[in-house]
Amino acid sequence: MLRAVSQLSIFGLQTTWSPSELNRHVRQLIESDYRLGDLWVAGEVSNLSHPASGHLYFSLRDAEAAVRCVMWRPEVARLPRMPKDGDAVETHGRLSVYEAGGQYQLYADLIRFAGEGELYREFLRLKVKLEAEGLFDPARKRPLPTWPRRIGLVTSPTGAALQDVLNVLRRRYPLLEVVLSPTSVQGEDAPLAIVEALRAVNATSHPDVILLVRGGGSMEDLWAFNTEEVVRAVVDSAAPVVTGIGHETDLILADFAADRRAPTPSAAAEVTTPDKAELVAEVIEVRHRLARAWEERSRTIRYLIAEQLAGLTLASPRARVANARQRVDGLAHRATAAIGHVLALQQAALSGLIQTLGAVGPETVLARGYAVVRRILDGAVVRSVAQVSAGDPLSVRVRDGSFGARVDER
Amino acid sequence: MAKKKTVEQMRFEEAFEELAALVGQLESGELPLEQSLALFERGQALAARCSQLLEQAELKLRQLVPDQSGGYSETDFEAEAE
Repeated sequence: MLRAVSQLSIFGLQTTWSPSELNRHVRQLIESDYRLGDLWVAGEVSNLSHPASGHLYFSLRDAEAAVRCVMWRPEVARLPRMPKDGDAVETHGRLSVYEAGGQYQLYADLIRFAGEGELYREFLRLKVKLEAEGLFDPARKRPLPTWPRRIGLVTSPTGAALQDVLNVLRRRYPLLEVVLSPTSVQGEDAPLAIVEALRAVNATSHPDVILLVRGGGSMEDLWAFNTEEVVRAVVDSAAPVVTGIGHETDLILADFAADRRAPTPSAAAEVTTPDKAELVAEVIEVRHRLARAWEERSRTIRYLIAEQLAGLTLASPRARVANARQRVDGLAHRATAAIGHVLALQQAALSGLIQTLGAVGPETVLARGYAVVRRILDGAVVRSVAQVSAGDPLSVRVRDGSFGARVDER
Repeated sequence: MAKKKTVEQMRFEEAFEELAALVGQLESGELPLEQSLALFERGQALAARCSQLLEQAELKLRQLVPDQSGGYSETDFEAEAE
C-alpha cells in the first residue's frame, strides 16, 4: 500500500498526501464545523434512486447547483411518503465526506415536503420576502401564558381538528374557557376568513392565547396558511398565536410567524396548557410538604414553650402561670385539632409541666420572703386593708413557721 | 394573611401559587408558632381548594357569532361529543 507521509516534494518542504489522508483530513475539517453537523437544505429532489439495500440516494438542486444526499434505511422507513424527482423538500441532516469516493454529501435524517413546482416557488418567494421583513425573527416571538384562562380557537367548526383540540383541553386543563372563532380553512376564501376570525376573536374575546389549527391534508389543502395575509394576521395578533397545522412534516409559513409552532392540532393544545394530572400530583406533594413542615415546626416550638414555662415558674406568681397555661392549652387544642398525634404528645408534655408547677407553688413564693397573713377570727387570708380593723389579731405565715401579730392602726 | 380574597374565591393558579410560596415559608422554620399554625391551616385550605377546582372543572365552550351591529358576540357552544 502506498504511504506518502513525509515524502519530501522536490519543490520544497511540503508534505505529499495520499488520497486516504486527504479525504480523511477534509472529512475531519467538515465534521469539526458544528453548523454543518445539524442543518436544513431546501431544494428540488433529483437523481433519486432507491436500491434493494433500502437506502435512499438523491440530489437536492436549485437553478445553479446540487448537493448529494444519502438517507439510511431506518430513516427511510420513517418517512411519511417517498419523495420523487421534482419534489420540493427541506432535508435535515449532517454534512460529511464519503472517503472512498472523495465526495461530500448530506447524511439526511428528515425530509419535509413543501409542495411541487409552482406552489413551491411561490412558497419560497414569500418565505424570502417575509423573512427579510423580519416577520419570522425569533426575537418577535412572545412567551405563552403559564396559566391561560381564555383560549381563542381559530379553526373549522366541522373539522376533526376541533374535536382533537377540545379533547386534549378537557383532559389537560378543564379550568379553561374556550372561544371558538369559526372559519373555513381551505379554498379560495379561506385566507380572508382566517384573517377575519383572528381579528374577531382578538377584538371580542381578548383571549390570553390563540390556537390556529387545521388537520392534515395535501399541500394545496393547507395553502391558505402559506398566504401573506394569514402570515401577517398571525404576526399582528394581539394575543400570542400557537399553530398546529397539518402533520409534522409539512412546511407552513404561518408556523414560522407563530409565537409557538406545534406539529399537529393536538400538540398545539398540549403546549398551551398545564397538565391536570401533573397538577393533581403536585398538590398532593405540596400537602405532604406542608404536613412535614408543620410537624418539624411544632416539634421545635414544643421545646421553646417548655423553656418559657420554666422561666415563668421562677419569675411569676400563680395568676400569670394560669394565664400562660390557658394560652398554651388553647394553642395545643387548636394544634391537636389540626394534626393528630404529634400535638397530643405535646399537650401531654405541657400538662405534666403545669402539674409540677402547681405542686411547688406557695413554698417557692414564701422562700423568697413573701408572707401569708390571716385573720385569727375566721382564718381568712388578708388580701386588702379593708379586711382588717385596728386591734384585730392576725397570724403571719413565713417560710419556716407562723407567729401572731396585731393591727396597730389603719 | 396578606391576600384579601378568601380561599373560596380564589382561582386555581392563585391558590396554587400562594400554596407553593407558603410551604416554602413554613419550611424555612423561622416563624413563631401562632403564625406557623395559621400558615399550616391556610395551606390546608388552599390545597383543598386546588384539588376541588381540578376535580370539578368543566371546560367552558363559547362561540363567536356575527351580530346585527356588524361585530361579534359570544354564545354558548355545544360541541358534539366524540
